Amino acid sequence: MTVFKDKNTVIIGYGSYIPRYRIKIEDIARAWGESLDMLRGLRVQEISVKGPDEDQVTIAVEAARNALRRAPEVNPKDIGAIYSGSESKPYAVKPTSTIVAAAIGAPMSVRLADYEFACKGGTEAIISCISQARSGMIKYGLAIAADCSQSLPGDVLEYTASAGGSAFIIGHNSGDPVAYFEGQYSVGTDTPDFWRRDLIKYPRHGGRFTGEPAYFRHVIAAATGLMKELNMTPEDFDYIVPHQPNGSFPVEVAKRLGFGESKVLPGLLSPIVGNFYSGSSPTGLCKVLDQAKPGQRILLVSFGSGAGSDAFSIVVTEGIERKRGLAPKVEDFINRKKYVDYSLYARFWRKIAL
Amino acid sequence: MMPKSPRIWQLAERRYRLLGSKCTVCGKTSIGPRSVCPVCGSEKIETVQLPSTGKVYSYTVVHMLPAEKDGYGPYIMAIVELEDGTRLTAEIVDCEPEDVKIGMPVELAFRLIGQESEHGIIYYGYKFRPIISRT
Repeated sequence: MTVFKDKNTVIIGYGSYIPRYRIKIEDIARAWGESLDMLRGLRVQEISVKGPDEDQVTIAVEAARNALRRAPEVNPKDIGAIYSGSESKPYAVKPTSTIVAAAIGAPMSVRLADYEFACKGGTEAIISCISQARSGMIKYGLAIAADCSQSLPGDVLEYTASAGGSAFIIGHNSGDPVAYFEGQYSVGTDTPDFWRRDLIKYPRHGGRFTGEPAYFRHVIAAATGLMKELNMTPEDFDYIVPHQPNGSFPVEVAKRLGFGESKVLPGLLSPIVGNFYSGSSPTGLCKVLDQAKPGQRILLVSFGSGAGSDAFSIVVTEGIERKRGLAPKVEDFINRKKYVDYSLYARFWRKIAL
Repeated sequence: MMPKSPRIWQLAERRYRLLGSKCTVCGKTSIGPRSVCPVCGSEKIETVQLPSTGKVYSYTVVHMLPAEKDGYGPYIMAIVELEDGTRLTAEIVDCEPEDVKIGMPVELAFRLIGQESEHGIIYYGYKFRPIISRT
């Protein structure tokens, strides 16, 4: 769909944030009398839990600040756009990006908007920053992908829906890049696999319908479409980072696309922290950037229910060696944890009506 | 009682970014807006970016919870001494009451402070947490 002829549209800084709290899925299963055998297919051991004073805005701000730490050459006053992708904004009407802008010291002359496309609002934010940077409309753009993923108590989503996110400073011919974009390809259809109606607190889904006609069809179409446009095969990529709704889908989709497990496991987060919805594949990308070498190529493929996928080919550059140590790595957040039981989890999430 | 939206808006940028006041005559820094230096009485005050790291100077554990805590506690309130010597009062998060120590290094965290009501403005600002260790 779009192949960039140059190497000048770049990620200048990246950063993540994952809350400290965790719950083991056996604790959730115990609360609902669910058999762990029924949940093994998810391949998820534990999920991150937002703290009582955390929400999608606080995660977005923390991730944005970490992205800026890895972009010391970027003055926040030069950021021309801030786009936040999420499906769990604390305000139905008032953009998260306005609060992020104030929190990082962005100028008043800035484009601000929030994106929603289930779990791929964050990659839509990235595409907007790429477009505006390439067209010269902005010098730097800040794209944020973060969620406090909602799940109906007792629903199977509760075993995967978690909290976290990432942010990226994107520019064109500017800054000390950690990676550049080589191409982008998107697909979208009307596929009702997962939704949340207006004024309804928790999303609903089509159970197994979320697999073949939704996740697998769109992720495979976007990934193969991009590789065809770039005239590349899985052998040309060192890593693949698909959306991670659980621990099994990303490994399975990589296998179907022709990628070995060694290329998907480095960016796989869901078995140990769950599904950050919009923040899922972008945080997987950050985990790969935390360990990748200059010259290595990454295939990032988001998936948003409804449904659609955005695929990106990203090549790591020399700047990664200078910048990855400037902010906490994804692994640092993974290792920082305190377990809570289901009652505290429900309390933090305000799942108990007072 | 939580402040109303105009008051939240007035202080938002300072609370989001930890902006402080500095006396250009004696150099005294403090959190929040000031028109007169509390040390030398000068009115030559500028807004400055305060450091995002410091240490716990003193603390207490609060068991009587204000309404905005929504019943979750106890929680830690501390005097934090920033790297430049500025002291401010802030909550310590991501830390259990039994783990907080005087002298413990802390860093800035962006957190939810409260809300006007379920229908009202959400109020964000600074808290501090133990420094996230890096590999």
